[in-house]
Amino acid sequence: MSEFVRNVRLWFAPGDVRAEGETPDYRFSLANERTFLAWLRTALALIGGGFAVDQFLPDLRWGWRVGLALALLAAGVLCALRAVNHWVRCERAMRRGEDLPVSRFPALLSLVVAVVAVAMVVVVLVGWDG
Amino acid sequence: MSGRAAPAPERDPGLQPERTRLAWRRTTLSGTVAAVLAVRSVLHSGVTAASVLLCALCCVCWLAFLLLAHRRIRTLSSTGRPPALAPGHATATVLCTVALAGCAAALVW
Repeated sequence: MSEFVRNVRLWFAPGDVRAEGETPDYRFSLANERTFLAWLRTALALIGGGFAVDQFLPDLRWGWRVGLALALLAAGVLCALRAVNHWVRCERAMRRGEDLPVSRFPALLSLVVAVVAVAMVVVVLVGWDG
Repeated sequence: MSGRAAPAPERDPGLQPERTRLAWRRTTLSGTVAAVLAVRSVLHSGVTAASVLLCALCCVCWLAFLLLAHRRIRTLSSTGRPPALAPGHATATVLCTVALAGCAAALVW
């Protein structure tokens, strides 16, 4: 947990990342930045999906509709926070010359998206008359 | 990289700054889609004071996001070898996204 707190501090402190190790090739930093942006787009797509569930499935029962929308929105928030955390960790690892951090998050997110997709199929087929 | 002495900023053959610039553009487009959906949800679910306020907050988040992206794009296109993204900048973008999601949750509720 203290590792996480230190990472959160790094999110806000521009100097601290640059204080460690040496500056990597700018192309590696830019590649890291693009990966961060790709994750941010994923987060924005999940948020858009939350809005879409709310608006384009108006015949669903309130509970199902709001539940699915909030699940997608929560996944979007997690994805965005994880994007910046992973970016900081990668940037630091590159500066120190360490291996890039590995992560369970992509597998976790795939599972969540799959579960939400299956739930939506079931809900649309069964709960339409709400 | 190469030994060519060029007066203009040296062009990266892999076009890394351009690719990064376009990645920022794509990201602002995704943000725009989310903001448009927010406005649409308010228009469709009845205009109340609270929903208009939340919608305005969504638009503020979107504008802040655009501003941050614009600043980074300017940096990326001004120099041949742009500096790395500052952590504060990345965090600010993410906070805009999280705030957008928060407004969305309040609107859906």
